[in-house]
Amino acid sequence: MFDFKIVTDWIDQTLRSYLPDFGVLVIELILVGIALLAAYAVFAIILIWFERKICAWFQCRLGPNRVGGRWGLLQTVADTIKILVKELIPINHIDKFLFYLAPFIVILGSMLSFGALPFGKGLHAIDFNIGVFYFIAVSSLGVLGVLLAGWSSNNKFSMIGAMRSGAQMVSYELSIGLSLLTMVIFAGTMQVSQLVNQQADMWFIFKGHIPAFIAFVIYLIAGHAETSRGPFDLPEAESELTAGYHTEYSGIQFGFYYLAEYLNMFIIAAIATTIFLGGWQPFHIPGWDGFNQVMDYIPTPLWFIGKTFFCIFLSLWVRWTFPRLRIDQLLRLEWKYLLPLNLLNILLMALVVISGWHF
Amino acid sequence: MDLTEKITALAPDVQVEEAQYPTYTVSSDRLHEVAWMLRKKEGYDFLLSLTGIDLGEALGVIYHLSKSENPMDLIVLKTSTTDRENPQLFSVTDIWRTANLNEREVFGLFGIRFINHPDMRRLFLNNSWNGFPFRKDYDENPELNPLNLESECQSDKLRSLSFTKQGVIEREGEVFSKEEYVVNIGPQHPATHGVLHFRVSLDGEIIKKVDPHLGYIHRGVEKMCERMSYPQMLHLTDRLDYLSAHINRHALCMCIEKAAEIEVSERVLYIRTIMDELTRIASHLLGWASMCMDMGALTAFIYGMRDREKIIDIFEATCGARLIMNYNVIGGVMYDLHPDFQKQVKEFIPYMRKMMKEYHQIFTGNIIASERMHNIGMLTKKKAIAYGVTGPSGRASGFSCDVRKHKPYGVYDKVNFSEMLREEGDAFARYMLRLDEIMESLNILEQLIDNIPEGSIQTKIKPIIRIPEGEYFQAVEAARGLFGVYICSKGDKSPYRLKFRSPGLPLISIVNLIAREEKIADLIAIGGSLDYVVPDIDR
Amino acid sequence: MEVKNIKIKGIKREDFKDNEYLEKYYVQELQQYGSNVFIGALDDLLDWGRSNSVWPLTFATSCCGIEFMSVGAARFDFARFGFEVTRSSPRQADIIVVAGTIVKKMAPVLKRLYDQMAEPKYVVAMGSCAISGGPFCDTYHVVNGVEEIIPVDVYVPGCPPRPESLLYGLMQLQRKMKLERFIEAAHKSKQRRKEAKKAALSELEKQNQQLSQES
Repeated sequence: MFDFKIVTDWIDQTLRSYLPDFGVLVIELILVGIALLAAYAVFAIILIWFERKICAWFQCRLGPNRVGGRWGLLQTVADTIKILVKELIPINHIDKFLFYLAPFIVILGSMLSFGALPFGKGLHAIDFNIGVFYFIAVSSLGVLGVLLAGWSSNNKFSMIGAMRSGAQMVSYELSIGLSLLTMVIFAGTMQVSQLVNQQADMWFIFKGHIPAFIAFVIYLIAGHAETSRGPFDLPEAESELTAGYHTEYSGIQFGFYYLAEYLNMFIIAAIATTIFLGGWQPFHIPGWDGFNQVMDYIPTPLWFIGKTFFCIFLSLWVRWTFPRLRIDQLLRLEWKYLLPLNLLNILLMALVVISGWHF
Repeated sequence: MDLTEKITALAPDVQVEEAQYPTYTVSSDRLHEVAWMLRKKEGYDFLLSLTGIDLGEALGVIYHLSKSENPMDLIVLKTSTTDRENPQLFSVTDIWRTANLNEREVFGLFGIRFINHPDMRRLFLNNSWNGFPFRKDYDENPELNPLNLESECQSDKLRSLSFTKQGVIEREGEVFSKEEYVVNIGPQHPATHGVLHFRVSLDGEIIKKVDPHLGYIHRGVEKMCERMSYPQMLHLTDRLDYLSAHINRHALCMCIEKAAEIEVSERVLYIRTIMDELTRIASHLLGWASMCMDMGALTAFIYGMRDREKIIDIFEATCGARLIMNYNVIGGVMYDLHPDFQKQVKEFIPYMRKMMKEYHQIFTGNIIASERMHNIGMLTKKKAIAYGVTGPSGRASGFSCDVRKHKPYGVYDKVNFSEMLREEGDAFARYMLRLDEIMESLNILEQLIDNIPEGSIQTKIKPIIRIPEGEYFQAVEAARGLFGVYICSKGDKSPYRLKFRSPGLPLISIVNLIAREEKIADLIAIGGSLDYVVPDIDR
Repeated sequence: MEVKNIKIKGIKREDFKDNEYLEKYYVQELQQYGSNVFIGALDDLLDWGRSNSVWPLTFATSCCGIEFMSVGAARFDFARFGFEVTRSSPRQADIIVVAGTIVKKMAPVLKRLYDQMAEPKYVVAMGSCAISGGPFCDTYHVVNGVEEIIPVDVYVPGCPPRPESLLYGLMQLQRKMKLERFIEAAHKSKQRRKEAKKAALSELEKQNQQLSQES
């Protein structure tokens, strides 16, 4: 396995030989920031294209194929250019400050968690000792942006959308937290790098078998709800609330929401990958050394992104198959089914850990 | 004591005619009592259609009534008032609920005000509209009603007339009070299936009241027909309920043929019936698809549209058009069947049956979908009859109203099919009934497709068709319910008054009834399950 | 004046029926101020992006709406051309396809929808009702063509038009977009606004002077 630490250390050393500590820190922060922002934008563009193609495939269509070759690879680039030159409509009777602030909060929330993801061996911008806790904390920032957008738009549809979003996100945060907690009990750490390293011989979903699998499924459902997509897209339910909380946004402000929506999907899938599917760790089967070595030749970022896209595919599959939930069904699912199940699962996991029934 | 004597006892000045249907003309002050008697004592509980008419010196209203056991056994009740300045008639809204919107329509177009009607606003036109366009002396000068680009503020004021001991007095009321949180759903909204406007009062997510606004596509088709000759007006019917274009046109053709005593060949009857059933399948498919889309299942929508294209291919080969076919003409059909027609239909039938299974898998069996459709939008049989809800929505409540069974036209009397009925009356029943009807239509097609007899496709008719003086009514079973054509002819080459009984208007009138106390999302699902088409409502 | 080569994938230039109009009148109108080399290249990029990402508003009044839905569905699939994302909020849409009859009660609503859309915005009049009132042109309540209310870019005739013809119409719109000089247009409109403001101000001053002289 190639350790990207060699590259980053080399950059660090080179900078240190020319600059004082403070300057090194500033330049490194800027470099990391630029790299993450670029990755953020690129991932969003790829994801949107990926979704369109997958959706077209589900629906017996072809999907974009006019720009960027047979596969329409440049479709989202065209969309981005279009959205950049669209007018930002000034709207009367809104809370101007909050209205313009809201898209940035949404972007900020997703950017913060995006920055802390481990993309590969040594490709990890910041490694907290409370990494899991950090993810849960910052990913719930986004709901603030949604609530503000709905509140400040002076639009009844936006308002209803924002209220729905608030109820939904607050509820499903619980399940996300508890299902991640199950795995924290199993691993005994909250630090992302340690979580990944522990999965070197076998991924947690295999290691922790039944309770880990239950936690994985619950996490996928709750995470899917957290991104407000698919059957859980109540806050922006097209056929009910026209465009929900971002009805009044145009141009790049709407683009921010659009971007954040897809990136949130990526982040949820990436966290699932990190915690359940071994992060950037290659697929290993204990005892099959030859096989394991072959797997090691595949670069770690590819493993990470591959697994993440698999999780995204699962979420798209659900999104393009299921009809939308109603608000009472949505809350019932969380409070009556997922939450009790989750609590029981934690007990089960504790039992498994204590008795050493895991692999 | 037969009906005539009973009516005479209440209204001594009644004029009885034996036209196409028994017709009773009563004076305006006796009307309400006669109507009450017919409803309560004689069981005429189904008001099929309520038509306003300008009789020259008087303004009249025509009621087509029947019993719900046999909706096609009609009697006609008529009344009129000679006061053209301030015409007032008694409302029958308290007897048949469906009259509510119909009377508002008559008020807007003829200016007849109905006493004791709770809500006398114009149904289709803006309140500021000058004149009553369906009157014969209406001034069509466009300067009177110029194109106004300023939105008219929707007023919440109601004005109604009520009859008290002091005489008729004006009352004012409010649709919504100031405290209510009113949301506009429409006119441009992805789930209203066109330009329908619901003003919805909400309490959180719960709906407190729905006030439908219509007329965003009121084109005045009936008025246009009064100026057109009979063959000319046929093309307008296709554009009413564009999803059952063949069926609507079939109704008008049959009505004219019956009135002008034109015989059509057996072959034409077969072709028309087959085309009607294909239209029904296409329409139900689109209804299913758009209901799925309303509930957020976009893939199901695309599947429905995909299979609908197969039927459209069949239409295209024979009629040369995809959506608005202009195929039926008076005395026959426009073109003969395409040589591949039978082959295409025979290929389509098993294909569709296979696809139905897929539909049930992808949507009906889905836990979210079935939870969302069960027990919402409950419509009882009694309410369905009172509000005149026909078609799949009426039959899902147990109201047996299939014209194909009760009064067969075309070759429906030669095929074996059963009328689909369900008792539940909720959105799921309406949804399932549509899918069941597709299967039943496939059965009908299967029986007919091999037996199309040879013959001419058009009867020779005179270049100018004149209908003898009189009144004619013809009903057919359109995809959304009972579609009726009423023609009042004075012997000219164009009708004196023509009215289309729209299956969609009663569907709108029950929205407030069945969507109350449900959630916003349910309003959308209910709308999808009712499957209305707005140009058919607004005409 | 040079007409830049506008390519639409899949259809040859000769197969379009309105080359003459586009090249003789439309280009002249757009390029009468000439165009800078650098800005021209940037414009080309913007036009490429804009023309390949046309998001329609979900708006339909009658029969044409069904054909519009058919264009979006499996067989015709306008997603291929980048028309995929139908937005229900006018703020986020690029074109409004007026599919169906517009009556006098609907006219203010349509105008408002158009006003709510963000620039650059385009209008496609689909079907004979939207073009001229169609079969309903001589009734009391029908608007004879949407150009009485909003400016139309492309007319798609038919009653209702076939999905193929709507696709053709949308391609024509793409061609139009590709010919536009986006940055200059924005610049010009800014200049025009400035000039208008100046004119208005000087007018006001004149009036003030007159008033003060009179008093």
